Amino acid sequence: MSILSIKNLHAEVDGKEILKGIDLEIGAGEIHAIMGPNGSGKSTLSYTLAGREGYTVTKGEVVYQGKNLLEMLPEERAQAGVFLAFQYPVEIPGVPTVTFLKQAMNSVRKARGEKQLDAFEFKKLMDARLKELNIVNDMVRRALNTGFSGGEKKRMEVLQMALLEPTLAILDETDSGLDIDALKTVADGVNALRAADRSMLVITHYQRLLDYIVPDHVHVLFEGRIVRSGDKSLALELEEKGYTDITGAAA
Amino acid sequence: MAIAQATIDSVGEATDKYKYGFVTEIEMDRAPRGLTEETVRFISAKKEEPEWLLEWRLKAFRHWLTMKEPTWARVGYPPIDYQDSYYYSAPKSDADRPKSLDEVDPKLLETYEKLGISLKEQEVLAGVRNVAIDAVFDSVSVATTFKDRLEKDGVIFCSISEAVKKHPELVKKYIGSVVPYSDNFFATLNSAVFTDGSFCYIPKGVRCPMELSTYFRINASETGQFERTLIIADEGSYVSYLEGCTAPQRDENQLHAAVVELVALDDAEIKYSTVQNWYPGDENGVGGIYNFVTKRGVCEKRAKISWTQVETGSAITWKYPSCILKGDDSVGEFFSIAITNNRQQADTGTKMLHIGKNTRSRIIAKGISAGKSQSTYRGQVRINAMAEGARNYTQCDSLLIGDKCGAHTVPYIESKNRSARVEHEATTSKISDDQLFYCLQRGIPQEDALTLIVNGFCREVLQELPMEFAVEAQKLVGISLEGSVG
Repeated sequence: MSILSIKNLHAEVDGKEILKGIDLEIGAGEIHAIMGPNGSGKSTLSYTLAGREGYTVTKGEVVYQGKNLLEMLPEERAQAGVFLAFQYPVEIPGVPTVTFLKQAMNSVRKARGEKQLDAFEFKKLMDARLKELNIVNDMVRRALNTGFSGGEKKRMEVLQMALLEPTLAILDETDSGLDIDALKTVADGVNALRAADRSMLVITHYQRLLDYIVPDHVHVLFEGRIVRSGDKSLALELEEKGYTDITGAAA
Repeated sequence: MAIAQATIDSVGEATDKYKYGFVTEIEMDRAPRGLTEETVRFISAKKEEPEWLLEWRLKAFRHWLTMKEPTWARVGYPPIDYQDSYYYSAPKSDADRPKSLDEVDPKLLETYEKLGISLKEQEVLAGVRNVAIDAVFDSVSVATTFKDRLEKDGVIFCSISEAVKKHPELVKKYIGSVVPYSDNFFATLNSAVFTDGSFCYIPKGVRCPMELSTYFRINASETGQFERTLIIADEGSYVSYLEGCTAPQRDENQLHAAVVELVALDDAEIKYSTVQNWYPGDENGVGGIYNFVTKRGVCEKRAKISWTQVETGSAITWKYPSCILKGDDSVGEFFSIAITNNRQQADTGTKMLHIGKNTRSRIIAKGISAGKSQSTYRGQVRINAMAEGARNYTQCDSLLIGDKCGAHTVPYIESKNRSARVEHEATTSKISDDQLFYCLQRGIPQEDALTLIVNGFCREVLQELPMEFAVEAQKLVGISLEGSVG
């Protein structure tokens, strides 16, 4: 069953067309990787799917679980199970991480018609997730992402993903700014969240992330279009030959 | 990139939906319009005051006539015609003061109920939570609760009019001792025509058994409100005082010039917290309260005064709660949140005057500006020559919502002692689209996201509020920004 169906998606930022006709089908539980050089439109694709203001869709359609995703507000998309792990998680000074997490959790639960969690119930749930992901408690007591190291920020994204249990997780260059140890830790967290009812779109510049989060499908994004698709071996081919060769060959 | 228009709109809606916009119709016993010696005498006579107090008022009034309204603050308003106001009004039932809530004019109780602070409710609440309430309706206290409980510990908590009658020696000794009658234009006006306010005395070594709280409220049209509050914490005592205000909606600008004096004797501590939510005027700046307040405290040896304020209302706020750190090792603190929206103007801050040795002060001020409002932090830190080892830390942070508002920081720092240490930090930031989008992407709706971010910005100050007030204040921050009440 298709979770996400993107057809001929065109999008622009500040009047400049960045996405020039993307087609992509993601089935339930599948992991798709999108690779591409800088400026190919990777981040634009993730922001467009998340509904960020300023990313204007000019053509095409996106159907998520049978619904028109493009008609939904950003928070509605999140509530419906679309999760974006940010390339650069945002610092919100003065807001304790635990407060933020609880509010996010309860906003999503409220939208889904589920019972709100009280402080005690939430803490129990959070502690369980922290343990699974091997994250120290100290982090959630600090202000959200404020003064966190690159690795901590990315682990916080994974923790949020674990709590919000998305149907579609978009990982935007999760590997950027991480050393190999931090990368492994984050990848372990993501792998722990692989599930039959959870699809993932892993966006990355480098192949190395895909050594740890092994995709079912790999797509090469170049100048706003997917120019090649294949299985995980395509990532290795890219690594070997570089983007110029692949995109050149496709042109 | 500019902030989402929807956000600006939602913030803009906030003050349109002012919940407390109504005027209760109760017959008033008024002084004639205008301000003359006769007015001052009328007020004093109405309140059956002793001669010395009348003389003090008249001295203030005569001095006031020689003074000019200050213009240094960054606020603009049409000239106030002081002769076109009433300076005294009291509910008619004043002559026959109610002995219990049952005797209180039901319309009054209704007013409180509309405000969500009905005395009946409060009485119960206070019993449970240990909050005593001296309710001021317009100018005269009509009901005072939980006095008996306080009296057991020797705490005096009553209206200042009552204190003048029952404890004249205390009032006479301390009134004007911190804010002299000649202090400034508005304080002097207050000294001449003040009608009521709260009085509080904590005896030596007593820790006040409950948070003291007063709800002020302006009601009668065209009646200036001139409260006068005097709190004396005797040696080694402690008191936490809470003040919260709302006002009914009306078209005309209302002048409000209050004076608060705090006296913290050796080793005493006073914590004074304010939540101010008076009518701010409409989105075009029509109406709203003019709030010119003089608040000052004096600290003797090892004493401490802590001012915490959450200012969200009033068309104009002119207010600088200050500490005179007279005694050695005394401590002054000022924690402030000022939220302005639409065309509100706030010029607020503090003064810390270091006189004693090893005196310390801390200032944390958070300004949030939205709409077309202007917010100014104005603060003075002065270290006198004798203030060996004095220390001050000041932090001013401004947050802008939208691109039509302004935030200004005007710190004055003056040090005459080489051993003093003074630190000042200031930041100005805008609510970023990144922060808002991050929240939205986690399923948090826009208005909630804004409240969350702003509460985070104010956290250091909110933490200073007593529990009873903290929840209310956080809600108020939300209300001011959400456009939805409750």
